[in-house]
Amino acid sequence: MESINYQNFRIDAENICVDYNGKVALYDANLRLKPGQICGLVGMNGAGKTTFFNALTGFVNISKGKIRINGESVRSAQKDQTIAYVPQNEGIDSQFPINVWDVVMMGRYGSMNIFRCPRESDVQAVKDAIERVDLTDHLSTPIGNLSGGQRKRTFLARAIAQRASILLLDEPFSGVDIRTEKLISELFIQFKNEGKTILLSTHDMIHVREFCDLVLLINKTVVAYGETSEVFTPENITTTFGGISPDFLFGPES
Amino acid sequence: MELCSFLTLDSFITEPLTHDFMRKALLMSSLVAAVCGFLSSYLTLKGWALMGDAVSHSVMPGVVVAYALGLPFSLGAFIFGVGSVALIGFIKQKSRVKEDTVIGLVFTGFFALGIVLVSKIKSNIDLHSILFGSPLGISLSDVKQTIFISLLVVILLSIFRKDLMLYCFDPRHAKTVGINVLFLHYLLLTCLSLAAVVGLQSVGIILVVAMLITPGATAYLLTDKFDNMTIISVLSAIISSLIGIYISFWFDLETGGSIVLAQTFIFLFAFLFAPRYGIFKLKKFFAGYK
Repeated sequence: MESINYQNFRIDAENICVDYNGKVALYDANLRLKPGQICGLVGMNGAGKTTFFNALTGFVNISKGKIRINGESVRSAQKDQTIAYVPQNEGIDSQFPINVWDVVMMGRYGSMNIFRCPRESDVQAVKDAIERVDLTDHLSTPIGNLSGGQRKRTFLARAIAQRASILLLDEPFSGVDIRTEKLISELFIQFKNEGKTILLSTHDMIHVREFCDLVLLINKTVVAYGETSEVFTPENITTTFGGISPDFLFGPES
Repeated sequence: MELCSFLTLDSFITEPLTHDFMRKALLMSSLVAAVCGFLSSYLTLKGWALMGDAVSHSVMPGVVVAYALGLPFSLGAFIFGVGSVALIGFIKQKSRVKEDTVIGLVFTGFFALGIVLVSKIKSNIDLHSILFGSPLGISLSDVKQTIFISLLVVILLSIFRKDLMLYCFDPRHAKTVGINVLFLHYLLLTCLSLAAVVGLQSVGIILVVAMLITPGATAYLLTDKFDNMTIISVLSAIISSLIGIYISFWFDLETGGSIVLAQTFIFLFAFLFAPRYGIFKLKKFFAGYK
């Protein structure tokens, strides 16, 4: 077997399986991503997209297989602040009494001391991140008073403040306004140029074609994986969505 | 007590303070209220009200066994409190029964065990004071235990204040940045058991859950900042305790019930008149007159 230099891969997931109390959520899934790559994660609800994210962040344990992040274990990736997770808007309690600044500061917690006292550098990182997502006017706004798009940008800023090299985004474009969508797509290009690796789940075909170099189609396991232009075909999409034609799912292709 | 003796507000407040047991009750209850109030903001945000109810009821057999064996009652209570949570987790994982059902059946089971034990172990256990609290008859060894546990909980919560907030808000992010989520989970459970133990002296096992959720719920209606929420929660808990004890002293009412009722009234007041989240939204009301 030829030896592979795992350092070349930001994410290297090999035959991973996840089950919840015997119920299989994901099996034999593989994914390899290099720096600067943007990969779309496409599948039905319950196809294992969130489970895949959870496995990569270490939020759930894999029952089989191997995950290496920059050639190291998930555990050390956590310690090194390598991975940032940007949740779905529905995945967070928007009524939680917390403002934009404090949410973004949470991106720095992992590298602070046990009391989580912000240092000068943390404050600066938070400021910069908030500026990049254009929320400087909303520093002390409670997240409950933000629009869906502003809330999404808040969590994106948290990921930026964390200075992670891998970004996992769960439905980054769902429920956001045009302005946010434009800002996020601009940020994606910047991230790519900075050499960050992005894995995003989405329901929107157009976004996959627009941003993603690679696409990973899953339905409990990998249906197809590769360059978007090669893999993102109507046949593969139909297989992924259990036989339903992409025209029905996304409307006729333009 | 003569009712006419509180014709002045001054004597209404100072007269009870001349009694040693009242000074002790006021101090201890305030301390307990502060601890429960502190924890309360986490429990309400985490959605652990039912868990609080479960743990506080489940400590019953622990208290009885500890008394019977001559051990500190807090130790027994703690073991059964944490044990109930472990059992809930185990049954939930190994069966198809839904979580709220499991919680309900485990804590009632523990509680029933406690009642049966009390009836079997013929000792000087005062069932009434366990069920309804007895802040006016608190013993010196109880005072020491209460102070020790209270300090322990306050120190733990203070150290891990921000981590616990993050754990309640977004455990997935906490895990992703290498924070030990499992530790925080058990830390919160431990604090919950300990707070239930000290809280039951004030208001008893049946009502202690009110100490753990009402102040947090009140504060949640009044602010959008977590730190303020904690402060308001603690203050409202302390004020309720003082009001409850004074009322029970002057009108000869059950003390635990009075404290919880005072908390409930403060909550109702916030529910109706909170500036932003109250029914009448006073902020808008006054803004209209500008």
